[in-house]
Amino acid sequence: MASYILLMAVTTYLIRMLPLVLFQKEIKNKYIQSFLYYVPFACLTAMTIPAIFFATGSIISAIAGLVVAVFLGWRGKSLPTVALAACIVVFVVEMFV
Amino acid sequence: MEEQKITTTNEFLCGAKDSTPIAIGYLSVSFTFGIMAAKAGFSPWVAGLISLVNVTSAGQFAGLQLMIAGTTYVEMFLTQLVINLRYALMSLSLTQKLSRDCHTIKRLVMAFGVTDEIFAVSVSRNRPVTFPYMLGLEIPPILCWAAGSVLGGIANNLLPASVQSALGLALYAMFIAIVMPPARKNPHIAIVAGIALTISCILRFVPVLKQISSGFAIIICTVVAAGIGALLFPVENAQGGDS
Repeated sequence: MASYILLMAVTTYLIRMLPLVLFQKEIKNKYIQSFLYYVPFACLTAMTIPAIFFATGSIISAIAGLVVAVFLGWRGKSLPTVALAACIVVFVVEMFV
Repeated sequence: MEEQKITTTNEFLCGAKDSTPIAIGYLSVSFTFGIMAAKAGFSPWVAGLISLVNVTSAGQFAGLQLMIAGTTYVEMFLTQLVINLRYALMSLSLTQKLSRDCHTIKRLVMAFGVTDEIFAVSVSRNRPVTFPYMLGLEIPPILCWAAGSVLGGIANNLLPASVQSALGLALYAMFIAIVMPPARKNPHIAIVAGIALTISCILRFVPVLKQISSGFAIIICTVVAAGIGALLFPVENAQGGDS
């Protein structure tokens, strides 16, 4: 078991470390720069949808939480506020579903 | 010398402040990991150790399943590689935000804590990302991530299913809170997010395509959506988060 954990940890670390150490210069190319600029938004969105629909006990509560998070996020509320509000909504909705 | 020290401390504290929501979110998510690990027969301390040395949600959940199934080393390696390869993209993106004095040793250290959320917060900073800032950003969430797993393992059945279910949404809500404000300000970001969302749903629901692993699907979505964004809407000065 320890060897599995070590293998997991080393693999994950190398994935994170190699690009950081190998690319020390500023990338000048406008397209690569733009690509890297868009990466976080594309990546976070893809991780959220559709996975969020299956993150709770029922899809209805998940949709309720999603709607609240999108609304509060749109309004520019802070991360803990949005996360907490969405969790509370899921909790309340699931009492009725 | 004295001034340098103050700046370093300030940067660290600034990072620690920015990481507070991440730390809270991690506490609840890794709590779920601790519960899962306990259900699979792992002790809370082993669950905490796995979290401390990996600091990755999807990779750990998958790794846990593989350990239970008694997999081969090759399969474990490939699974971790595919699920976590997105971190390589994030690290690459992060290189463009680092301050000039971030030399190799500092990069070796900060690489340990490049997670989805820490990456998202670091690149949305409107100043260069310094080494002490990254440390402040990484250390509290990593500790909470490990602590949450231990607590989850201990609590196991103490937490009602309804609360566990509600906590399942926490991290996704946080992702939404990170993407929405810049997407509102910059329609190009909204379009890139829309493309990513569409491809992500196609890869999840369309027959045959849905056999692609979730980690690899995220890489495909990211590369295609960000690639289209770069071709259609190249950014003049990509530094500085939301321009």
